[in-house]
Amino acid sequence: MIKIEDITFVAAEAYKRSGLVLSTDKGYLLESRLAPLARAEGYPSIEALIAAARRESNDRLLWAITEALATHETFFFRDNTPFDLFKQEILPVLSRARGNMSTIRIWCAACSSGQEPYSLAMILEEEKARLGGLRFEIVATDMAPRVLEKAKAGVYSQFEVQRGLAIQRLVTHFDQSGDQWRIKPNLRSMVTFQKQNLLENFSGMGTFDVIFCRNVLIYFDADTKKRILQRLAAQTASDGYLIMGAAETVVGLSQDFAPVEGRRGLYGRSGAAKSAAA
Amino acid sequence: MRTCLVVDDSRVIRKVARKILEELDFECVEAADGSEALDACRKQMPDAILLDWNMPVMNGLDFVKALRREEGGDKPVVVFCTTENDMAHITEALRAGADEYVMKPFDGEIIESKLQQTGLLRAS
Repeated sequence: MIKIEDITFVAAEAYKRSGLVLSTDKGYLLESRLAPLARAEGYPSIEALIAAARRESNDRLLWAITEALATHETFFFRDNTPFDLFKQEILPVLSRARGNMSTIRIWCAACSSGQEPYSLAMILEEEKARLGGLRFEIVATDMAPRVLEKAKAGVYSQFEVQRGLAIQRLVTHFDQSGDQWRIKPNLRSMVTFQKQNLLENFSGMGTFDVIFCRNVLIYFDADTKKRILQRLAAQTASDGYLIMGAAETVVGLSQDFAPVEGRRGLYGRSGAAKSAAA
Repeated sequence: MRTCLVVDDSRVIRKVARKILEELDFECVEAADGSEALDACRKQMPDAILLDWNMPVMNGLDFVKALRREEGGDKPVVVFCTTENDMAHITEALRAGADEYVMKPFDGEIIESKLQQTGLLRAS
């Protein structure tokens, strides 16, 4: 068992760095997620790992701990609905509003190992003929360098490509190399990956038409959620969209976004009247 | 209740697959090769078929080609479930009329995800 003061210390450091809220009853989570890190860093136990981080206020180690504690769970076309909404409602509305030759900017905030932005890239590729001269830019960010590296490489295991991905899409959008599957270069080039911690200033990223921020804010406390939503709103076009996880809401947290009626997880900027597209 | 025909020459694999499919509310029938499977289909067309590739008597590829020529044989959703995990096999299976493709080893999550892709199961 990890000592309670170790849990408190690690929780405080992870919170400071990432906003991740870790209650002290999450000892089991700490054990399962830090054990591999302790091994990789050459410590005989989790206690030794935490003691070293503590003793030296070792910033690199504390970041590694924070990264290990964050949830990186993701898969292709996760939850389906947001992708259907993107294809069937958001794209038609934005393409009418923006007109030909304009660029639609999409941000996947906390993209983990890249399955979400690549799923969007697949949709854009499949819809290319219908989208005419519209151009797209997908920016995908995460605070964790390890998952970002994987996302950039765009190489996935047999297990990963069988979760959420139809076989036809695997055939169309991936090349096989051994028992790994590599996203095709045309899709890879549609996504720009960069490191971004949502707690840190992201105003330099510019304005986006669509922001995917799914299953991220659930790990934060209410104040952090409010601040992030406010800053996300500042980066969202006045007729742009925010997409959150199925179990999340902005209600009570943000005046800047308003739910699109009948579309779970979909929000528009307040003031810009949004109704579901026919 | 929807039905699924599990076709595999390994009794162990059939048992594992049956357990997963029953948890997803499918009623299961088993066959040990393509020829047995074709007989089962002629008796009653299932809603779904989980299909191994390499089997004695009649392999999975020959089975799906034969099935698609049968009356009503266009109806079942055919999901290959095989250790053949290269692009050439996958495209050959799709050309022959398969709807989905699982590369072994598989687990319940993969089977569920693939059945969702075919529309037989609703996304949870």
